[in-house]
Amino acid sequence: MIEHLDTALVNWSRAQFALTAMYHWLFVPLTLGITFLIAFFETIYVKTGDPEWKKITKFWMTIFGINFAIGVATGIILEFEFGTNWSNYSWFVGDIFGAPLAIEGIMAFFLESTFIAVMFFGWNKVSKKFHLLSTWLVAFGSNLSALWILVANGWMQSPVGMHFNPDTARNEMLNFWEVFLSPIAINKFLHTITSGYVLASIFVIGVSAWFLLKGREKILAKRSIIIASVFGLLSSLFLVYTGDGSAYQVAQKQPMKLAAMEGLYKGSEGAGLIVIGVLTPGKEYNDQKDAFVFKFEIPKMLSLLGYRNANAFVPGVTDLIEGKYEYSENKGNKQIAPSAEQKIEIGKTAIAALHDYKTAKDNNDQQLMDKSLIVFKDNFKYFGYGFLNDPKSIIPNVPMTFYSFHIMVALGFYFILFFTLVLFFTYKNNLEPKKWLLRISILTIPLAYIASMSGWIVAEVGRQPWTIQDLLPTVAAVSQIDASAVQITFWMFMVIFTTLLIAEIKIMTKQIQIGPKDGGH
Amino acid sequence: MAHKNIIQKIFLFYYEGFRSMTVGKKLWVIIIIKLFIMFAILKLFFFPDFLNSKFKTDEERSDYVIEQLTNPKNTDND
Repeated sequence: MIEHLDTALVNWSRAQFALTAMYHWLFVPLTLGITFLIAFFETIYVKTGDPEWKKITKFWMTIFGINFAIGVATGIILEFEFGTNWSNYSWFVGDIFGAPLAIEGIMAFFLESTFIAVMFFGWNKVSKKFHLLSTWLVAFGSNLSALWILVANGWMQSPVGMHFNPDTARNEMLNFWEVFLSPIAINKFLHTITSGYVLASIFVIGVSAWFLLKGREKILAKRSIIIASVFGLLSSLFLVYTGDGSAYQVAQKQPMKLAAMEGLYKGSEGAGLIVIGVLTPGKEYNDQKDAFVFKFEIPKMLSLLGYRNANAFVPGVTDLIEGKYEYSENKGNKQIAPSAEQKIEIGKTAIAALHDYKTAKDNNDQQLMDKSLIVFKDNFKYFGYGFLNDPKSIIPNVPMTFYSFHIMVALGFYFILFFTLVLFFTYKNNLEPKKWLLRISILTIPLAYIASMSGWIVAEVGRQPWTIQDLLPTVAAVSQIDASAVQITFWMFMVIFTTLLIAEIKIMTKQIQIGPKDGGH
Repeated sequence: MAHKNIIQKIFLFYYEGFRSMTVGKKLWVIIIIKLFIMFAILKLFFFPDFLNSKFKTDEERSDYVIEQLTNPKNTDND
């Protein structure tokens, strides 16, 4: 008898994970970026000996301390959820996550925790140079911590360097370097940390702009703006480069995500890139409705960016479901794409073969074990499709992915313009009278958070229905627990994290209002 | 003796550091309350490790997950 899965359980588990991940991410990007800005400020202090730079360093260090303290350990909740709500997934990923997360734990503990103490308590107790070294190590340590979790996330988007052990139902790492140096992981890491640098730069400029509007702490504000606008501009330009690299990898490894990002239902050669557009509500992959109510696109650009060839064929949602289009495999061989229905059949064959293998093993039937194993290995590539029944279920939420992607990109380009303007007026020594730009600087702070969150929505909603691309869909990854238990903890987290967020905003705004003079740590 | 001095120095470094904090004291209270809620309440009562709490050995856990994977539930992601 086929059991019926409680979809409420899957949906609540997904909602809970999304809630906790997004709240966690509220704290992380500022830490990633502001630690480097603090390191820049302190380096200038050590080089020049100017006490004003020390004051600047200590002020931003206090702001960092508040963000770090409120945000620290919010990510541990995600690990709780892996073990409780996503036990099939946690078991299935095997030791792939073990190594990167263990390294992250050691890195975080030794580099961040140890040197953060020197950074905060070490003024006048250790030498200037050792203090500066500690500050730099905190910056690198924070970013290296992010590296390992992003490598693990990259593996989920494009599983490589492992083999699935049918005896244990776990993936085993065959090649650490293939996992670590996976292009999708590298691009994800660089893109993510750079987005943190942009966010932190905007935060520093916004707070400094508030000081200038209030006519306070002018030296601190102006100097902070100079460093943050240069760092922010360079980072936002690099963000475009890494964003291009990420989108290229998505085109190769997750074509359905790319189609959703662009609202592309019917693929074409020389596909255009949507600059701005409004999707047709209720559009289905197999109806004849136009995908867009309105759109403005750059001809051939999607083909060029996605495949480095202006005339390349970019498959749309419909093509990916119906298959039959030509594509290049990893080794460059031309292949005809199977339909989603064919992939589902292949996946079901793999699942049945795993079942036969297990039964044969229990019965000590070596011959059937060998035979089942061959069938299993031949069909493992689409193992995850076997858990699905409707080809349509491989389509992610297209509107959410499309709009999140375009909001992120639009804001990314706005940030370049913003940093350029701030830098220009700073260079002209004419920023202070530009009240409009100072007000815009404050208003840009929430936009940086929106852009950052949108990026994660693209990455995670866009890859649905998969927890591990093509191998394990969300429906097969959840634990068989009571949906009401997940609901209860969802609301508990909502209360706890909202309280933390309110505490962060209150303590931080109070500290900013106090300013550097009386602000200690 | 020299070893003891290093330990004393490290202790005093942290002790004086914590003593001289202003904003940090409030933050430490938040951190401690937060960690208490996370580990003493949430982890203990709401987030037991599903497979570890149900099974004693890895073999049992493997068997259970294989059973789960090879008997897919009748639903689709939406």
